[in-house]
This record gives sequence, C-alpha cells and structure tokens, in this order.
Amino acid sequence: MTITYREALRTAIEEALRRDDRVFLMGEDVGYYGGTFAVSKGLVEEFGEDRIRDVPLSESGFVGAGIGAAMGGMRPIIEVMTVNFSLLALDQILNTAATMLHMSGGQFNVPVVIRMATGAGRQLGAQHSLSLENWYAHIPGLKVVVPATVDDARGMLWTALEDPDPVVLFEHAGLYNREGELTLDGEPVDLHRAAIRRAGTDISLITYGFHLFTCLDAAEELAQRGVDAEVVELRSLRPLDTETFIDSVRKTGRAVVVDDGWKTGGIGAEIGMQIVEEAFFHLDAPIRRVCRAEVPMPYAAHLEQAALPQVDDVVEAALHLVKPHV
Amino acid sequence: MTEKPQARVENIDRDRGHYLLHQMLRIRRLEERCADLYAQTKIRGFLHLYIGEEAVAVGVIDALRDDDAVLGTYREHGHALMKGMSAESIMAEMYGNVEGCSMGRGGSMHLFSKEHRFFGGHAIVGAGLPPTVGLALADKMLGRDRVTVGFFGDGSVAEGEFHESMNLAALWQVPALFCCENNLYAMGTALDRHQSQPDLHLKAASYGIPSIQVDGMDVLAVSHAARRAVAAIRDGSGPQFIEFLTYRFRAHSMFDPELYRDKAEVEKWKERDPIKNLTTYLRERDLLTEQEYDELDQSARQEVERAVEFAEKGSLEPVEDLLRFVYSEPEEDR
Ligand SMILES: Cc1ncc(C[n+]2csc(CCOP(=O)(O)OP(=O)(O)O)c2C)c(N)n1
Ligand SMILES: [Mg+2]
Repeated sequence: MTITYREALRTAIEEALRRDDRVFLMGEDVGYYGGTFAVSKGLVEEFGEDRIRDVPLSESGFVGAGIGAAMGGMRPIIEVMTVNFSLLALDQILNTAATMLHMSGGQFNVPVVIRMATGAGRQLGAQHSLSLENWYAHIPGLKVVVPATVDDARGMLWTALEDPDPVVLFEHAGLYNREGELTLDGEPVDLHRAAIRRAGTDISLITYGFHLFTCLDAAEELAQRGVDAEVVELRSLRPLDTETFIDSVRKTGRAVVVDDGWKTGGIGAEIGMQIVEEAFFHLDAPIRRVCRAEVPMPYAAHLEQAALPQVDDVVEAALHLVKPHV
Repeated sequence: MTEKPQARVENIDRDRGHYLLHQMLRIRRLEERCADLYAQTKIRGFLHLYIGEEAVAVGVIDALRDDDAVLGTYREHGHALMKGMSAESIMAEMYGNVEGCSMGRGGSMHLFSKEHRFFGGHAIVGAGLPPTVGLALADKMLGRDRVTVGFFGDGSVAEGEFHESMNLAALWQVPALFCCENNLYAMGTALDRHQSQPDLHLKAASYGIPSIQVDGMDVLAVSHAARRAVAAIRDGSGPQFIEFLTYRFRAHSMFDPELYRDKAEVEKWKERDPIKNLTTYLRERDLLTEQEYDELDQSARQEVERAVEFAEKGSLEPVEDLLRFVYSEPEEDR
C-alpha cells in the first residue's frame, strides 16, 4: 500500500491512542488546527480534548509537564512544533528528562516521546530551518530516532512509546508529503539498528532522515558512472549502530557522510571519527563529509539550496574518493 | 482571590504540639550536623541549608497523605525527611554512598524516593514546576484523588517556567499545591531587587489560582493554611498557591560569604525562629515542660547520630557500575 509519511505518522498516533489509554498527544495546535503539518488532523474530534491536548505557547512548560505526566504513569506523545522552538524546552529535555533516571539512582524513568519537525528547504529563513539532531544525540539518557521511510514513520512511534526512557523523534518537514510503500502491518520496528538501503561495494554513503533519498538518488547516478555505492541509513542517532556502518566501510574502504546539520561538531564528525577509531586500516581514501554550509539559512531559494546537501554534492564527493585523479 | 497573612488559628493539643516541634527539631539537627560534616569534608559539593525555614516543610507535608507527591529544590533535606525518607538514606546520599537514597548519584541537591513519592531534588531554578503540573495532570487524567506539592523559592518566580506552569495549572485545573518559600533572597539578590511586584502570591492570583500569603515562621499558621488548601484540592477545586514568608538563617550555600545582608537583619529574624516560636507557644500554655523539650531534642539528635554512623559505615558503588541508570535496565537484569 502506498501512503504518505504524514499518513503513516497519523496512523501510528491513532493506533497508539487506541491501544493504550495512558497515551495522549499534547502540543501546540495539535487539536482544532489539526497539527502544524496536519499530522493530527481529525483526531481531536475522535479522541477528545483531553487526549489530543492543545497547549499554550509554553515549550518549557508543556514539555516539562509531559515529563511529569510520564513520571506519574501516563505515556505522553509531546509534539514540539519544530526543532527551532525546542530550544525553549531544552532545559527540561536535558536537565530533567535525560538525567532523571541516573540522578535518582535508577528510581524514576521518564517514558515520554517527544516528536518534532526538523530541516530546511522551504524558504523559511534562519529561524525556522535548523537541523539540530546532533545536539540531542549528544545527550546520554536520551534516545534519538529519525524515521525516513513510511514503515519507520508508522512503526517507530509505538516502539518509542514502549521504551521506558525518553525518546526524541525527528520528522524532516520535507518528508511529510513523500509517498512510500508500506510493507509492514503496524508491527513494532526495531529502533536502533541502522539499515542498508542499497547494497554496494565501492563506497559507503552514510546518512539519516531526509538525505536517505539524496543518497539513494546519488547512488543511482554513481551507478551510471560505474561506481557501486552502498547506502547506510542510520535510523537512530543515539544509540548509534556503529557496527553496521563500520562493517560497510570495512567492505567498501571508502565513506561519505551526508548530514543535514552544520559540519563543525556535527553528526558527520562523530561518524567520521568512529570510522577512524574502528576501521582506519580498512580505509582506501580519506573520509568526506557533505553537510549544510556554515551559515544561518538564507531566504532566497538559490542560496538556500546552495547551503543544503544536494545530490550533485554527494556524487562529486564520492567520485573524488573513488577516482581521485579523474 | 488573595487573603492577608493568616493569624494563628489552629488550636492544638499537647501531642500535636510535640509532634510538630519534634519534626522541626529533626530537620534542624540533621542540617546542623551536615554543616559540621561539610567542614570536616565528609560532605562535598553544594550544600544548601534550610535552617530557619523548617516550619514550611513540616506544616505543609504534615497535611499530606503518603500517596501524595512532593517535589522540591536543591534545599530539600527537610522536605525529604518530612515525607518519610530516613535520615540514614539522606545522610548516606550526602556521603556519596551506594546506600544513599539516590545511590550516591544525586547528592545533597538530588534526593529521591519512589517509595515515598518524593520526586526530587531539582537544582535548575524553576525547573521543578512544569513536572509538578504534569504529575498532577497524570493524577487528574487517571482519576486519582492525589495531590502534588511543588516547593520553590522566590527566585524561581522570575523564571519563565514559573509563569508557564501557573498558566497550565490553572488552564487544566490540576490538583497541585504550589508552595513558594519566599525567604527574601535569591542567592544574594534581595527580593525587591529581583521582583517588580514583591507580593509574589499576586502573580499566581493573576492566573486565577486561589493564592494566599502566610507567615512561614509559624508552623501552626502553615499547617492551617496547608490543610485548607489540600482539602480544597482533593475536593477537585483545582490548584492552590501559598506564599510563605520565611528566612534562611544560614548562608545560601557553603560557598557564600554573605556580603549582601547585615548580621543585624539575620539576628532580627532569628528572634522569630520557628522552633523557638512553637516552644514558647507551648510553654505559655503549659503544653511542654523543659524536660519534654529535652527529650524531643535528644531523640532528634540521636536519630542524626545514627544516620551519621550509618553513613560512616557505608560503602561505595563499584566504579564498574558507573554507566548504570543512563537507560532503564531490562527487568530481568535488575
Ligand atoms: C536556572 C538557574 N539559574 C541560576 C542558578 C544558580 N542558583 C542556584 S540557587 C539560586 C537562587 C535561587 O533563589 P530562590 O529561588 O529564592 O531559592 P532559595 O535559594 O532562596 O531557597 C541561583 C541563582 C540555578 N541553579 N538555576
Ligand atoms: Mg529565596
């Protein structure tokens, strides 16, 4: 069955609300507006205002309240409109949710799922275009997952809700309208294994989220130029399934990391360093990163596109490593 | 929506008088001992003493049931003790021992007990407030008649989270009691230098939360106000707010040279010491003999000494366990 990423998410939320009375969705405009990205459209009519809970513009307040509700026995799905606004709740996510279990000597876990949209590409300017997945992936105590496919959009939420600890789930805003083939029937998916989305022998393209599709397109183009690329989709940024991408790099001997965030101190840096630590002697070429340009996101379309990783950038980086003298 | 400070209204008998006095003495003696142990470097890190403010924790928590929840700040030793946690588990925590209430991972600022529904120990000013709302929301959604009490200082009233939390609590009519411990200072900044409107209960009232100001140096006034508030909340009438006017007799933390206030001001407030206050009240009514006072005091001191002994004999968690509790452990491994 073909469905959109948005529909997959809505189905997942609906199923969770039906399966477990403790589950409720809270966030800005999740109710009568229908969700900023229309993910929860129609749900308030079906499940009522208590379980589809509109909240005031108080990111720290409602995220912290969701954390408290989780500690009090509920299973909240907290929707933060976008990662840009999540910075106002960062203290609750880091200093309360992520530390609670450890700080209390193992007594208080926080079973909360925090969903947020991320990413650029829609000419929304500097304050609405961030990708800060790496900030969250930096934090011990959190789990950070990034569904890219419709199967994961449908399956990851339930697995995250069953997890006893806080899970942050990133949805790239450019994916909501994307269609995909649903192959699973609502069964839980594994949260923490990376996936080989295309097998290849010459070079590993390692990525997550939206750029899975950038990399798959790049791999097609590389194939036409005689380069057989393997595409590794991380799926989870914490914990990071190093085994899968290290195995891939050991096989191919080359790696390009494609990251929607800024280069300096980003996920790409982490992946690159893991490769250096674990597979240095298997490398036939230096590692390359294709990342967002180090600039606040400009509005003008041509500048925005120039700042974001593109298929051509990935192809060029890969060719440079495979055929350094071409 | 707001009322003037409550006069002492509770008429108490001998037993109740002794009980309240004993609770305040337990907290006072525990913390005096903590200060000694800090000087001996047995306790390290930040240590914030509640000495002078004991009437608030005692009067409020006394009004609760065991299944009600309490959240506090980093100045929470008294609240933890009053909620039923043992002096042993608290002292061991300050020693960093594995027998501590947070297994030595929390320290003085992060006391926790699931068994006693004591939810911490929050050391980011204001940050305990949103979870207070959430815990109360969970009770409301699950149809439980429990009350959640959040304690916080005057300093947190300046934080955005305070205002967000008051708004949410009032919007959702959650069963929460907000207890502002207004000790007139946020670290070294006096109330009138950090609040444009120093009558803090007015701020909660502006969100539609029934709010009063109470003398926090008078345990009977505290108790009376808390009982009324808790009863109203349990009846389903939504959140309540009490501003307790109180004062800390000691430095903000063990690092504070107290440059910002006069010794004379501190001495003036010590005349209103809640322990002395209640003792005098009981003595004047022939409800307490000198010998009885000594017995209560001795019992508190002995409890503290047992706690110190327990901590002295305690053990440290093996370093191999360092990475435990970052994530939940599967049931079978626990
Ligand atoms: C968000 C935040 N800012 C600053 C601090 C440092 N700090 C710790 S306690 C404190 C004063 C808080 O005063 P108040 O809320 O009145 O509580 P009190 O210490 O008087 O009990 C400050 C500034 C902190 N812990 N958290
Ligand atoms: Mg204060």
